[in-house]
Amino acid sequence: MTTTTTAPTARPRGSGWHGFGRLLTTETKVWMRDFASPFFGIVFPTIILLGVGYFIPGMREPITDAPPDSVWFGLTPIATFLPTVLAMAVGTASLTVMPVTIATYREKGVLRRLSTTPMRPQGIVASHLIINMVTTLVGIALALVVAEVAFGVPVPAQLGVVLLATALGLSAMFALGMMVAAVAPRPSSANAIAMSLYFPMLLLAGLWTPGPIMPDLLRDIGQFTPLGAAAQALTTGWFESGFPTLQMIVMAVWTAVLLPLAVKMFRWS
Amino acid sequence: MAQPIVEVRNLRKTYGDKVAVDDVSFAVQPGEIFGILGPNGAGKTTSVETLAGLRHADGGTVRVLGIDPQRHPEQVREHLGVQLQEAALHDKITVGEALRLFAGFYSRPADPDELLALLDLTEHADKQFGRLSGGQKQRLSIALALVGNPRVAILDELTTGLDPQARRSTWDLVERVRATGVTILLVTHFMDEAERLCDRLVVIDAGRVVAEGSPAALIDRLDDDRTVVVRFGTDDAARAREALDRLAADHPDVSRVEELDGGRGEIAVSGTPRVLFALVPALAEADLVPDDVRTVTRTLEDVFLAVTGRTYAPQEEAESALVAEGARS
Repeated sequence: MTTTTTAPTARPRGSGWHGFGRLLTTETKVWMRDFASPFFGIVFPTIILLGVGYFIPGMREPITDAPPDSVWFGLTPIATFLPTVLAMAVGTASLTVMPVTIATYREKGVLRRLSTTPMRPQGIVASHLIINMVTTLVGIALALVVAEVAFGVPVPAQLGVVLLATALGLSAMFALGMMVAAVAPRPSSANAIAMSLYFPMLLLAGLWTPGPIMPDLLRDIGQFTPLGAAAQALTTGWFESGFPTLQMIVMAVWTAVLLPLAVKMFRWS
Repeated sequence: MAQPIVEVRNLRKTYGDKVAVDDVSFAVQPGEIFGILGPNGAGKTTSVETLAGLRHADGGTVRVLGIDPQRHPEQVREHLGVQLQEAALHDKITVGEALRLFAGFYSRPADPDELLALLDLTEHADKQFGRLSGGQKQRLSIALALVGNPRVAILDELTTGLDPQARRSTWDLVERVRATGVTILLVTHFMDEAERLCDRLVVIDAGRVVAEGSPAALIDRLDDDRTVVVRFGTDDAARAREALDRLAADHPDVSRVEELDGGRGEIAVSGTPRVLFALVPALAEADLVPDDVRTVTRTLEDVFLAVTGRTYAPQEEAESALVAEGARS
């Protein structure tokens, strides 16, 4: 068809991402008006850390019943709990906050509404990935500061391993969160799926039996889950020597499988 | 005629073995308020969603500003404002934030403050979406459809759920928007709304266009049947019925006399456009003084009845279930 008179004059700038900066800042502002979302993502892991440290007897007494040549000797139990708290921080916003937000936007038609504007609906998903990623990092930072100030937790033995384990844990858990967001038809089902994954994962990450006191069976199962692998890799990096190869691969595989699958299965309306 | 700004030809869309849109064609001229009218589930929303590039048709062609929205949705979106059926914003975003947010998506947006004024929303700019009334939500939704300075705006069921006063002020608003040069595609299941606002319209039923034209032309095109309704007190009712039956038998301009339901003693007298001339002398001769006389105004509902053979019932359960199913697939 030759319709030069009615054709638009120019392609919009940035083709589909024009206004993303404002979208991100507006989404952040609006998201922070929901008290619960920032609270859980940022403060919850630290509250657990403080609660366990101060209310469970003996958590701050150095371990003396381990063999004197083991890495655990002389550490406080609350220090061995830190990798679990960090894994929890990695898993909270990604799994319990982000999927519910996205499912709500889908149910309310926000994603569809956005599809009628030059902004791609991917923009709003990207905004919430960024928002929850930043929330998680702030939550991790807060837990680290509190761990240091309140409990004098030692610095990591292998900083590189700790950073890599954190990065892979983030990617695996956000991939899992995106998968839940992709398939959950409603916010309530997103919440139900997220919770039924979150608590078993916390168990396997050592919330009730951290680091050295985890039963072998739990450890064997946990190393194949994203959060269990993250906690184990963090424990190795923080206190032990050697490279947690299996755990790193497990997290990488979860990411590599879940992320493309989530993108493929994602429903916009 | 000018090049149509929106053109739909032989549009067809099925969900599985269910046909949502069978065969729909229409063309909208620049500057018009063009209506798509029909009962729920007739295929209206599916048609406009295809126009907006949200769905792929199974057959037919669609052009907006000469562009195929299914192949180049990004080129259409800059110039097509869409107000979808249900409100779609976070409850905690404010009116002003939402408008500025959406303005940011377009390369030449309208001034958000001017739009707020046009839609009487200035005083609510800091109110959160979840706290707005139905009418305010609807006005914001229209503002968001207009914030990109579109050349065409689709308004889908914009007065559903509004009280009569809010409906009337929304209608005024649509006319104000058209006055700014925007072509408007109005999707509605309200006959009175279409009659009041549309320059031209198509009536869609079961996925097909069953009538097309201006509301007045469609009504004029109905056959020349006219009806006058008279009401008598209980004393005269029987005698009146008798006299009118006789009139129907004798007079060439009177074809039918029937008592209306409702037990209020109303009698409908139908015939040619001259039926009134026949009725009045007959009543005078028998000295029957009606308590009330009214002529029945014909509306688009009569047009719908004439073209489909069914009384207009906007909520047709089976068909709205079909649309719900379509939305899920």
